Amino acid sequence: MKTIPVSTRVNGDSVEFLCAPEETLLDALRNRLGLTGAKEGCGSGDCGACSVLVDGRLVCACLVLAAEAEGAEIATVEGMAEGERLHPLQRHFIDSAALQCGVCTPGILVAAKALLDHNPDPSDEEVRYWLAGNLCRCTGYDKIVRAVQSAAAEMRGA
Amino acid sequence: MQYERPQSTAEAARLLHGATGPARILAGGTDLIVQMNAGVAEPALVVDIKRIAGLRDIVAEDGGFRIGAAVSCAEMGEHAALAAAWPGIVEGANLIGSTQVQGRATMAGNLCNGSPAADSVPGLVAAGATARIVGPEGERDCPVAEIPAGPGKTTLKPGEFVASFFLPGRPARASDAYLRFIPRTEMDIAVASAAVNLVLAEDGSVAEARVALGAVAPTVRLVDAAGAALVGTRLEEDALEALAKACRDACAPIDDKRGTIEFRTKVAGVLARRAALIAYTRAGGRT
Repeated sequence: MKTIPVSTRVNGDSVEFLCAPEETLLDALRNRLGLTGAKEGCGSGDCGACSVLVDGRLVCACLVLAAEAEGAEIATVEGMAEGERLHPLQRHFIDSAALQCGVCTPGILVAAKALLDHNPDPSDEEVRYWLAGNLCRCTGYDKIVRAVQSAAAEMRGA
Repeated sequence: MQYERPQSTAEAARLLHGATGPARILAGGTDLIVQMNAGVAEPALVVDIKRIAGLRDIVAEDGGFRIGAAVSCAEMGEHAALAAAWPGIVEGANLIGSTQVQGRATMAGNLCNGSPAADSVPGLVAAGATARIVGPEGERDCPVAEIPAGPGKTTLKPGEFVASFFLPGRPARASDAYLRFIPRTEMDIAVASAAVNLVLAEDGSVAEARVALGAVAPTVRLVDAAGAALVGTRLEEDALEALAKACRDACAPIDDKRGTIEFRTKVAGVLARRAALIAYTRAGGRT
């Protein structure tokens, strides 16, 4: 099988890898680049556990071919903390106990950050609609919405 | 599988024409890659059209808009002028899937996937949109209404693909609306849907009306009688009931776990009434 060389940027770092033509970006991130934050929940774009940003756009990495990443700018949950310093969303998810098993959490953090980057002061309804594609089977979502809102308030300097 | 990323529509057409096995176009991939991951689709060739110049652009053309086949539904929602001129088309496109899916899904993919329940297609049909199709014999323009051929099927010939859509210019006092029924609030497939596109006369009566239904027949269906029921009216109760009846009469749905024939038929009429009232108000009409 022909492999495809891909040159891309992940969390600001230049990265090169070889992939199979039908390989997903999720598999390339996890298996070739060792970035296992994005999870495979469903592999069909329903659960959002593999949420990443491609050129600033929130997508499911399971529904992107690795080859499509050529020349792109990818952002994953691994890029959210600065060294040991957690992103406010990460801190508030811990403080609010907004996770239990944690499989959905990386995707929700990436999705929530994408929301706050373009809407720093969302209503609860806007948070819930934005995160409708991120399924959590543990929390019932209430703590997630509250954690997003408290992080948003802190980030606004409130 | 071979993955190709052509720079022009002509090169894409050549690749499709020269394919030795099943070939698929990749735009947003929210249907194709799902099918590949599930083993339902095993293409020998995937042609990614996102690097073709113009295919990711929304541009003004002849008073209307040309929307490239690789423009995501999210990008449509963020385009203020498009959303103002064609709110029904944009709200249909923006109902597809989650935020993540919105960032990738395209109207062209939604159309060519061939689902009778495709949320962006009734609006395009009601708008009288045309698709620019590129194939081995060059380009042709085709009304979107003529492309669906049944579940999973289109009238596109081998080697042809949709490169863009054209939405015509809008006169003053014109608007559209799209509504679907789903048993939840988000992330679901239409059980029945309706798009209504209206142009009002200066006196506020309906001068032109086009009505399209989704998920109630093997294809999205343009219902001429439903549009005709509104022309000359101000959406009085008898006109709305005539619209709903024409819609019910045009239904030929399936009975499945998502909805019965009886339910889909009734709801199609209800949705058409409500969408007509929304489009009428948006166009500046007062009932």
